[in-house]
Amino acid sequence: MMKPAKFPMSRILSQGVVLCGVILMLSGSLATTARAADEPEFSTGSNEVLIKEIDQLIRRSWNDNLIKPSEVASDGEWLRRVYLDVVGHIPPVEVAREFIKSKDPAKRSKMIDQLLDNPDYVRNWTTIWTNHSIGRGFRTRGDRDEVSRLGMDKFYREVFARNRPWNEVVKDIVTAEGNFEENGAVNFILAQMEMPDEGVQLTADFTRLFLGIQVQCTQCHDHPFNDWKQDQFWSYNSIFRQTGKDIQRKYDEDSGRMVVDFVEVTWRNVDSQEVFYERRNGEVRPAYPVFNSHKINPAPHVDRRQEFGELLQKDEDRMVAAAMVNRMWGHFFGYGFTKPVDDMGPHNPPSHPEVMELLTSSFVESGYDVKQLIRWIANTEAYNLTSQFNKENEIDNPAAGEIPLFSHMYVKALEVEQLYDSLIIATNAHKTNSRNFEAAEQQRQRWLGEFITLFGDDENDSSTSFNGSIPQALMMMNGELVTRATSLERGSFLSETIASPGDDVAKVKEIYLATLSRYPNGRELSSISKLFRSSGPNKAYAYQDLLWALLNSNEFIVNH
Amino acid sequence: MNLPVPDGMNRRHFMRHMAAGATILPAMQFIDHVKANAQTVRKNQKACILLWMSGGPPTIDIWDLKPGSKNGGEFQPISTKGDMQISEHMPRTANVMDELSIVRSMSTREADHGRGRYFMHTSYVPNPTVIHPTFGSVVSYELADTRKDLEIPSFVSVSGNSMGPGYLGMGHAPFVVQSNGQIRNAGRSNETGRLGQRLAMLGEIESNFINSDRGDFPKAHQEVYQKAVNLMTSEQMQAFEVSQEPDQIKQMYGVTGGAGGMGMGANRFGEGCLLARRLVESGVPFVEVDMGGWDLHNDVFNTLRDQRLPQLDQAMSALVADLKQRGLLEHTVIVWMGEFGRTPRINQNVGRDHWAASWSSVIGGGGLKGGQAIGATDKDGIGIESQSYVPGNIWATVAHALGIPLDTVHTSKRGRPMKIANGQPPIAELIG
Repeated sequence: MMKPAKFPMSRILSQGVVLCGVILMLSGSLATTARAADEPEFSTGSNEVLIKEIDQLIRRSWNDNLIKPSEVASDGEWLRRVYLDVVGHIPPVEVAREFIKSKDPAKRSKMIDQLLDNPDYVRNWTTIWTNHSIGRGFRTRGDRDEVSRLGMDKFYREVFARNRPWNEVVKDIVTAEGNFEENGAVNFILAQMEMPDEGVQLTADFTRLFLGIQVQCTQCHDHPFNDWKQDQFWSYNSIFRQTGKDIQRKYDEDSGRMVVDFVEVTWRNVDSQEVFYERRNGEVRPAYPVFNSHKINPAPHVDRRQEFGELLQKDEDRMVAAAMVNRMWGHFFGYGFTKPVDDMGPHNPPSHPEVMELLTSSFVESGYDVKQLIRWIANTEAYNLTSQFNKENEIDNPAAGEIPLFSHMYVKALEVEQLYDSLIIATNAHKTNSRNFEAAEQQRQRWLGEFITLFGDDENDSSTSFNGSIPQALMMMNGELVTRATSLERGSFLSETIASPGDDVAKVKEIYLATLSRYPNGRELSSISKLFRSSGPNKAYAYQDLLWALLNSNEFIVNH
Repeated sequence: MNLPVPDGMNRRHFMRHMAAGATILPAMQFIDHVKANAQTVRKNQKACILLWMSGGPPTIDIWDLKPGSKNGGEFQPISTKGDMQISEHMPRTANVMDELSIVRSMSTREADHGRGRYFMHTSYVPNPTVIHPTFGSVVSYELADTRKDLEIPSFVSVSGNSMGPGYLGMGHAPFVVQSNGQIRNAGRSNETGRLGQRLAMLGEIESNFINSDRGDFPKAHQEVYQKAVNLMTSEQMQAFEVSQEPDQIKQMYGVTGGAGGMGMGANRFGEGCLLARRLVESGVPFVEVDMGGWDLHNDVFNTLRDQRLPQLDQAMSALVADLKQRGLLEHTVIVWMGEFGRTPRINQNVGRDHWAASWSSVIGGGGLKGGQAIGATDKDGIGIESQSYVPGNIWATVAHALGIPLDTVHTSKRGRPMKIANGQPPIAELIG
């Protein structure tokens, strides 16, 4: 099992030279295909030392596992991916055209910087964190809703627009009090307090989302796979016991009934210093407010959430930082360093502990700078590889339960918001709609609402665009959204494309680029042409059928 | 070209289209499962119909009356064909109570709508570490292999969303339809005859991606689309067309309005029950029909007398009689329940509030013993004076009736073994 015997260095090198030459000649792309496995050559154009260090560490894991990385993704594939991951939708057709054409060797790192300043960056990350925090329900303010999506959105919009330090954000969330629209941060807590349960849900979700650990396993018993004891859950829980909720109702003349006016998170007086929990053997034990080794004064007059928030902001154990780093890596790759990203702990060691450590300490040093964290991840070599695997990295398949080695990109189903916004971008509807932003936004919320009612489940963040159900396929095939996107009305993307100068091949290419951010290959072109020829007298229908097929395809509905 | 163009209702369109243009031959790999007779009655296939009373029904006014108690309320009991009495406002159902049994000692501890809904559907209390499947998903999962020629979904939820499939996966999620059988986006618009052309193009694009070595997702996507197309064009879709029923049957369920000349509008719940019968007849193993409006904190007696009970009575009695007459009742279990019952005490708004400690559900058909009242509450309806039951007992009884082994264990996404019906035993009196 010696490496040199398996991959003769000379062969790899010579192939690399030849292939590089060909590709550079053809397209001016910065792709380097087969490379010596321990000699990083790829660069997005960024000079950051940290990125090189990460690249080397990840390369080492490829060498250790005797695999060969996939090739660097084509510009089209990578652009579509980075757009979806950073701003939440596919690239507009003109951006794709320019980017593929550009010969600037630093175009990828420049694109990342550009996207971090794109207004859709704020919108995308607001959506992501609002969904993490309160789920996808509460789309429009229902008159009985005790959670405000508007408020939560407002909070995160400010967080991401100002790029606020993440440790401060976490403190704001945990210490939040007040009105659910004035202080939107309270909505995380309110969403976990829908059912009366002594803060059990709140304990479980806070620690999972912001600390990356699953203490709920210890709600009923000691952790089965590590040395966490049952009191750990109840220690966290005791911190949240002073959390109250106050619902103000008012009479609504239209409906003739009482409706929710507003909801507040309030201070709740508790007399006892401890909470009691039951061991499996029936023994009752007390737990006190403790965060790791940091004891919180259990006296009833002390605001435990406030104390906890300050400990989180200091983050001496770097749990807040590590949780964010792992989740962020998972966002970009589909898998974090642990599976799932929010189940870290001694029972579940990370796949790449050194990378994780390096990113975590750098994130802390940066002052919990979220944009900087994204910039580092998106500039890594691993993030720039294609999603196609090769003969020598087939084992790198986390979907089959393997530890991810990041030797190729993993395919992710689009989130439902990504799907909607990408359909809009692909068919240029954002341009015709821009005159009436509000109406467009209402339409978006209505569709998302319908989608989520039909397909959403109770897990806050698992509503991807494709969960394998027939109603979803029916909705894509026959629903209003795709019907509208493929409309032949005057001014629509399709009618404009058909009316534009150029032959059928040029137009088919344009439609491919608008939807899949790539041009069709030779085989596709010839079979599509064949289908065009046999499609009857109305050419417009053929185009419409093609666009329908592209929007319904497996390639469209994934980020890869 | 992997996408087969399906047969079925649209086949004629395809054929005409093909004859005209001789167009899309590559896509026309008809899969060879043309059903000569889609209406074949599958009488010996087991099924379950859950009548879900959303909001929490006051069972003390329906199934377990307390005349003479301060909690008794306004209604009187009447005798039935079974060995028990029920509310005077359920006269038609009284006539079929020899087929159904009442479990009068449900004690289910969850008196919040969300938690009760979860508990009653799944047999498990809500738990942050795992999402349990609703029992319809369990049945779909367990019986799917016995319904190989079923082209329509094996778990249909009528007028409500039921709950999710949890760790059993989206393939066993409820397929939600309205009571008139209308399916969202089922796409009659494709009768323009262009579906074939579209699928041909889709097949081209999808195969290209499938063959590009990117894992299992691209293929899985294609398979779901195949199923959806099969559904769109299946003859079995006729099962959803309640309107095809003869008038006399529609009247029986109250679909056409006027429950027994009481001047009422169309009975949507009745329509849902009729749809359930059609689906069961076509081989669907689990149908849930939702009836709302039970959260009666105010004005409970007038609402029951004038609205809820006449509708429930007509629909439920029609369902039992209709199944019986078609020879389906002995293979079809009917379960009636909601999140919880309602307080024996009548509140200051002449309503009843949430109450999970002592209430009733109803179960029958599928070979279970009917005509019994199982368990008992005390004279004021507050305490239980017998063995008490939880939803797991009901679902274990259903599993038994459907032939699903009670030692069946599923595995949660975290690898935890989960017993069917939470490991509860079935109710002995019912299976005898």
